[in-house]
This record gives sequence, structure tokens and C-alpha cells, in this order.
Amino acid sequence: MEELVKALTIGVTNGLIIALIAIGYTLVYGILELINFAHADVFMLGTAFTYFATELIVRGLGIPASSTLALVVTLMALPIIMLMTATINASIERLAYRPLRNAPRLAPLISAIGMSFVLQNIGLLLLGPSQKAVEPVLPRTDLVFFPSGAAWFGVDEIIVLGVTVPLLLALRWFVANTRQGKAMRATAQDREASGLMGIDVNRTISLTFLIAGGLAGAAGLVVALYYGQTFFQYGLQFGLLSFTAAVMGGIGNLTGATLGGLFVGIVAAMSDRFIEAKWTSVIVFSLLILVLIFRPTGLLAEQASERA
Amino acid sequence: MTEAVRAPRRSIPNPLAGMEERRRQTVILALVVILALVYPLIYRPLSNAIPALPWPGTAVLVVCATFAILALGLNIVMGFAGLLDLGYVAFYAIGAYTTAFLASSHFGVHISWWIVLWIAVAAAAIFGVMLGAPTLKLRGDYLAIVTLGFGEIVRLVFRNLGDITIALPAFLGGAVILGPNANLTGGNVGINPIDPPIIPIPGPWGNQLIFSNQNAIASWYLVLALLAITFFICRRLRDSKLGRAWMAIREDETAAAAMGINTVTTKLLAFSLGASFSGFAGAFTGAYNTAIFAETFSYNVSILVVIIIIVGGIGSLRGVVFGAFALLYVDRSLLPWLGDNIVNDPMHNLGVSTGQQILADFKLTTYNYLLFGIVLVIMMIRRPEGLFPDAGAKAEMHGVGIAAEVTGATGDELTALGELEEVSLDEAPIAEPDAPPPEPPSTTTGPEAAAR
Repeated sequence: MEELVKALTIGVTNGLIIALIAIGYTLVYGILELINFAHADVFMLGTAFTYFATELIVRGLGIPASSTLALVVTLMALPIIMLMTATINASIERLAYRPLRNAPRLAPLISAIGMSFVLQNIGLLLLGPSQKAVEPVLPRTDLVFFPSGAAWFGVDEIIVLGVTVPLLLALRWFVANTRQGKAMRATAQDREASGLMGIDVNRTISLTFLIAGGLAGAAGLVVALYYGQTFFQYGLQFGLLSFTAAVMGGIGNLTGATLGGLFVGIVAAMSDRFIEAKWTSVIVFSLLILVLIFRPTGLLAEQASERA
Repeated sequence: MTEAVRAPRRSIPNPLAGMEERRRQTVILALVVILALVYPLIYRPLSNAIPALPWPGTAVLVVCATFAILALGLNIVMGFAGLLDLGYVAFYAIGAYTTAFLASSHFGVHISWWIVLWIAVAAAAIFGVMLGAPTLKLRGDYLAIVTLGFGEIVRLVFRNLGDITIALPAFLGGAVILGPNANLTGGNVGINPIDPPIIPIPGPWGNQLIFSNQNAIASWYLVLALLAITFFICRRLRDSKLGRAWMAIREDETAAAAMGINTVTTKLLAFSLGASFSGFAGAFTGAYNTAIFAETFSYNVSILVVIIIIVGGIGSLRGVVFGAFALLYVDRSLLPWLGDNIVNDPMHNLGVSTGQQILADFKLTTYNYLLFGIVLVIMMIRRPEGLFPDAGAKAEMHGVGIAAEVTGATGDELTALGELEEVSLDEAPIAEPDAPPPEPPSTTTGPEAAAR
């Protein structure tokens, strides 16, 4: 029982990270009907930037890695990292997708695959071919214990929650309540009509890519700290998980992406714990294929049916 | 336009339609074939005479030809039927593993490669149908993701089945069904050695002719024959009723169905035929290398084949073959040569002097996919129809689709129609037997201007 609860906790923590990336897929798909293959690689660059930020903090500024100060400074770097990934994501749209706005559907998709490889190789150039250990800025102190005395969860999980949940709520609020959020929803519904109504479509699309990239950067920071390492192939690994999450929630659906992220996170944690870690990807991808075959509009079909 | 109507339907696309030009094409084809046949024999003297140039070795050409077969197979799925398959490597792996299972000491089965080849093709085709049947109703981008997932699943399954234990849960008795630690696929170590193709005829090569990487020249002629078979079949398929059905589906699935084409069967045939060529290439690669490893069948291979098709010209047979030789030559010969002779040392020195370990370890070949990624984006934006385009694909890639006919063409679409007209003048309308008559462009608005 304790094992189950523990696996569930890990699943929820990972699920929230996956949700942050999945929302990027869903936002872009909602507005452009494009699977942004490069999205997960933007996230990977986020982990790389976090790695360099911690290196700078610990080695450059000489702040001890395990001190609270190091953690606070790293978390203060979050907006900068988000800004960097947001800019990269929006530039990709400008460079590789906008010229193909009126091309056949598969053209931007293939362009996105190309961008994904470009970013992956930039990651390779920055990080080298093997996993890089990130400074242990995030404290691993266990806080809550089971009645039997075994550790349940600790400071690290709480900090992951503290970063991911507010961002997810803020995004929800932004899309639902602001003028720009309204423009995004309108553009997603009908790009031409929104243009006729005076919405600057290109600006709205750029904004969407900025937001998606920012969230990917935040996810990158959380992953780099929580997993304690970064790797140029994280894009492919997390990308497929997150895309599965986005599809499960009904692509284009923000709540769905969050729930899908939690679901994928929990399934992966359960498989890691109770089957074998090497089969986890197989299980998640099989799940993706099954969902696409039997429920291509996602598990929350009603809200998403408009999209599919 | 009248020329387009009169042009012989089966002619290979060429700059100017007409008999003399067709003869010229035949001459070019003959020259390419002769060069292909003679090259391994003149490679040594050639590279000795002019050692400064990166001549591709025969082993590189074998890889080029293998990828040409792969690309021709994927071209059926992607170019003819218009379905994006990002997990094409799965069938390559299935073909290679079938060969390894049936012609190695792994299970102690040693069937002649000449028979195993066809079993591998059949196995790949069956898996193609198994994947295709439930997924082909999905839309283009969803299909891309499903196939990507399938490709990863196949690779991971082949890797993981090297060490597998299946047991009933404890409350059902805990009996071991499989294993413990059964080795079905060789896992990370792979399967080695695999029996290469052999012709038991004595000659200057010894008692028997062995087509393995120990004898790249003999293997080159074998793979060239396989490529020729593949090319011929693909050409006949393209010009067949089935080929036209594929292209009709690619252009407009609803309209194709209304014309009486069974879209499900037709797409499934594209998928399984495409898969079977991948199995064909896989059976050759496994036996030629006499070893296989799960990690070589990665997502990157699927993407490389997609890039080959995009660069060569989607739907164009000679373009795809050209793309395979060009890209694999760059990947296996040119980049290593450029790295060793020009780029690596300065980067290494820069890395040492600045203390950057990554630069000190710099190898140009590591970044081959950076080049391919850039090429892919530039091709999509500047020349989506590829270097040797096919008439239909070029028109489609420039956005002349059903939308233009229904809505009335807008500025950029008209410009694109202008390009379609050029193509129709140049080439016989193979892909679009009943293409709409192209209208002359009435505005000068370019696609970029309209996109803003």
C-alpha cells in the first residue's frame, strides 16, 4: 500500500511536469493545427540553461550548492530561463512555420521535425554527448513519513508542485480572462474570421509560441533540478510522453492536457515501480496508439470534439 | 498546354518533351548504370590517382543503395499515397530481425538467405497491415505520431526481449511462463553472426561467393540488383491503376472514395507494400553486416529516409534514388572527410586553447543531423517539391489543391498555378490525369507576401 501511494506521489509530480510541456503542444495545435515537434527540444534547452545557471551560481558566484541561497537564486533565474525559451520558440515559429502558413498540412510538420533536429544538435553542442549532472541545488530532505517510518515525500516534491501548479493556474486564468487570451481562443476557433474581427493573428500566434516556450522552459528548470541531470535527448523522451498526455486530454484542450499529464505521469510511475522501467516507454506509446485508435478526440471528448 | 496533352504518358520527366529528349534520358540512364557497374572496379585507381578528393568507397555505396531501397519503399507510402510515416524503421528492423532469427546460430536455424529474404519481406508486410489496419483512418499528423510511437515500440521491444521473464502473479501460483531471463532477441548485444547470402559457385573469389561486408564489391552488385528490382516495381506501381488510386487519395480522399476507390484497401496496400520494401532492405542489411543491434534501428533512421524523400523530390522515383545516394554520401563520406581534413583539428585546437572539452572532442560527423535538420527546413520553405520533382507533388506542395478549385484561387495560389502550368509543359501529367486546366497568373503577389 505504501509503495502504491509512493508511486502515485512520484506519478503526480512527474505528471505536473509533463503537463507543463503538454500544454505547449496543445496550445500550438489548438491555434495552428500543427504538432510542434521542436517544442520538446525547446524544453530540453530549458534544462540546459538551468544547468548553466546552476554552474554559474555555484562555481561562478561561489554559493554552496546545498545552501538555501543557491536554491533561491536558481528559482529567481526561472523567469530569465522562461524568457529565453519563449524567445527561441517564437523565433522558430517566425523562421520555420510562418512562411508555410498557407502550405499543405504536412509541410510545417516536416519543417518542425527539421527544427527539432537543429535544436537537438544545439543541445549536443552545449552539453556534449552524455548526461550532465546538475549541481544539487534542490534539497532532498524528506518531510512527510508513512506511519511505518518510511519516507513519503520531501522538499523537492513540494518545490516542484510550487513551481508547476501556479504556472498551470496562471495559464488557465490568462486564457480564460484576459483580452489576449480571448484573442487566442478566437484565433484557434477560426483564424480568418478573427483576422476580420481585427485580431492581429500573427501577433496572437507569436504570443502563443511565447507562452508555450515559457512553460517549456519552466518545465526544463524543474526537470533539471528534480532529476539532477540534463541530456540532449531529453527532448525526444519527454516529448513523446507529453504529446501522449496532450492527445489523451483531447488536443487543444488545456484542462485535458493537465489531466493527461497527470495520467501519463501516474501510469509511467506505476510501470516503473511494478513492471520494469525499461518497459515504461513501450507501455506509454502503446497507450498513445490505443487512445488514438479508439478515442482520437481524447478521453475528454465532449469539449474537444470541435477540434477533431 | 497542348504539348502536355500530347506528351507520351510513360515518358520519364525531362526538361523538354519529345523523342530526342527521351533518347537523351535513356543515354543518361545507361551512363548511370554503367558507372554504377564499373565504379567498384575503378575506385582504387581513381582514389590513388586523385587522393585529395573524398571518393566514396564501395561499402559506402552499398549503404547508399540500401537507403535508396528504403526511400523507394517509403515513397510509396509518403509520395504516392500521401501518408506521413515516421516509424518506417520499424519494418526495416522487422526484416533484419527476421533474417537474424532464421539464419544464425541464435536459434540454431540456418535457412538460406535467398529464402529468408522473402520471409522477411512477408513479415514486414504483415506488420505493415497490422499497424495500418487500425490506424489508417487517422488524420495525417496523428498517423505520423502513431507510426513514430510504433517505431519506438519495435526498437524497445527488440532491445528488451533480450532479457525477459514472464511469470504469473504470486496469487496465481507464480509459475514462470517464459524465462527466467530468456534471451529472444539478443538485447543490447544484438545477434551476431548472421549468415550472409552465399552463392556456392567456385571462382576467382574462392569456393563460394559471399555477399557480406567482407566483400563489399560483390555485395554492391547484389544490392544494385535489389535496387533495380525495387525501382522497376515502384515504376510499374506508379503507372498502374493502383498507383493512380493512391495519387487520387493523396489529392482528395473524399473525391477518390466517391469515384469508387476503396480507400481503406488502397491505403493499406500502400502501407504494406512500403513496409515490405523496408523488410527487403532490412533482410539485406542484416545479412550483409552479419550482425544487428536494436539501437541501430532508431527514430533517426526513419527521419533520414523522410529527409531523403524530401530532398530528392516527394513522389519522384529518380529523385528519391538520387536523394539517397546524395545524402548517404554526404553522411558517410563527405562529412567524415571534411571533418578529418578541414574542421576537426582547428576546432580541437580552439577547444584546447579555450578549455572547452566539448570543442576539444569535436567531431563533425556527430552533427550530421544538424545539417539534415537545416536542409529539411530550407527545403520545406524554398523548394518543397525537392530537387527532382514529380509534377503532381510540385503542384501539391505549392498549395494548389482542392481549396484553390473550390474557393477560387487567391493571389499566391494563382502564382502557384502558374508554376503548375510550367510543370505541365515540361512533363507528362502522370500524377494528375484530370488536373484542372491551369489558369494564367493574374497577379504578381508572391506566396510570402500573401502569408503576411
